[in-house]
Amino acid sequence: MQRCAVSIPSNIAEGSGRNSEKDFLRFLSMAISSSFELETQLLLSLDLYNLEIDNEPDKLHTLQKMIRGFKKNTGDLISNVFCPKVSSLKRMNALATYTLRIADDSLILGHRVSEWCGHGPILEEDIALTNIALDLIGQATSLLEYAAQVEGEGRSSDDLAFLRYEKHYTNTLLTEQPNGDFGKTIVRQWLFDTFRVFFFDALRHSKDKQLAAIAEKSLKETKYHTKHSSEWVIRLGDGTEESHQRAQAAIDALWRFADELFFMNEVDQELIEQGIAVDLAKIRPLWMERIQHVLSESTLRLPENNWTQKGGREGNHSEHLGFLLTEMQYMQRTYPGMEW
Amino acid sequence: MVTETDIWQWLEDVKDPEVPVLSVVDLGVVRSVNLLEGEAEIIITPTYSGCPAMQIIESGIKSKLAEKGLKKTTVTTVLSPAWTTDWLSENGRKKLKEYGIAPPENEVDKSVLFAKPTIVHCPICNSENTKMVSQFGSTSCKAHYQCNDCREPFDYFKCLR
Repeated sequence: MQRCAVSIPSNIAEGSGRNSEKDFLRFLSMAISSSFELETQLLLSLDLYNLEIDNEPDKLHTLQKMIRGFKKNTGDLISNVFCPKVSSLKRMNALATYTLRIADDSLILGHRVSEWCGHGPILEEDIALTNIALDLIGQATSLLEYAAQVEGEGRSSDDLAFLRYEKHYTNTLLTEQPNGDFGKTIVRQWLFDTFRVFFFDALRHSKDKQLAAIAEKSLKETKYHTKHSSEWVIRLGDGTEESHQRAQAAIDALWRFADELFFMNEVDQELIEQGIAVDLAKIRPLWMERIQHVLSESTLRLPENNWTQKGGREGNHSEHLGFLLTEMQYMQRTYPGMEW
Repeated sequence: MVTETDIWQWLEDVKDPEVPVLSVVDLGVVRSVNLLEGEAEIIITPTYSGCPAMQIIESGIKSKLAEKGLKKTTVTTVLSPAWTTDWLSENGRKKLKEYGIAPPENEVDKSVLFAKPTIVHCPICNSENTKMVSQFGSTSCKAHYQCNDCREPFDYFKCLR
């Protein structure tokens, strides 16, 4: 009985000394278990030895309630820290939401393209794709730092990159689509790069100085990316029978996601009025013209079916994002707060 | 008494880890040096958004100035105005060539698809008869070329404007 009694405060103390809230919860459970064990032994000894004591079992019940209450509060706290409610997205201010969207497109596509590292079809393409991924992740870093700053909730750029749940990512569905073959990767990149050139070119004139600076910087790199992906679309489309067929299959599979690049809602409206955001409706015809030009050179065509699919901007993702995040977030989830 | 001129001089010893022949001053990533009561603030700018050398450059600057006896150095990164290859110093261009990397020709690669790439002079034999192997090279800032005359492959520090 003494051992059980000692075990209650010891477990609480040991748990609180752990570096992980999850461990703490586990130790609190053990403290509660020990109190039940003690209660049983207490009741048994009362019966066996015909002992008379005052209100020890009641005291134990109060203790159990207190530990339970403490455990619940701690648990709630933890689930809020590690899994913020979806409404926290809504609470973010317009500028943070807008910046995060641009950041998420760069981050998720950057991660996708980086999966080619060491797997490129030829050495030059391995290097090219890895360089493009590096640029995208570099853009994401600048954008996430700015999003964290304007959010003003004390989160860092790393918190935003690695500690959000799937529903809190606002990248377009296009960027999270799996790499597929080289043709599919190139077609995805081409649709995105072509959009990004016009987008950054317009965002350079944003009244928000930092977004304008990031756009200015990113535009120069994105021009190289667009040239790379556009030339490849033409080579593949106007290449061999097989390369044509694969590139066409990629367009047929991905075209439905292109529409979402031009998604706008009240966040955009608010910021367009302030001269901060880009009116995507204005750049859409420019994008379409460039896409059509490359398509005609490549002998490829758009699918007849105009069905579009969206949801990413509002946190409704395809099944692919979860798998991507599992890998991308692995290190931070396993060793929270680690740095090197 | 330490002056800003001294600091500029010392920063000549901090090299770009990816092109070790260039100092951060040659490269044009150091925008300005401010000295106030023995504490230095160095303003730097990245060449490319994803340049992995920035952190090493930052710690290189800090340790160099600490070694020279400055009690505190802060390094601030700014994005605007964006870095272009025009920030590369004349001295930097000369060093690049001697090192075997073709310095940027003053012409951005045309955005016209399949346009003839910029004529780049071979850093070894100076021939104009070179070909681009890939727009993307060993680092973000370089493209991969080959000389058709001396047959040597070489890096081209691509023009960014």
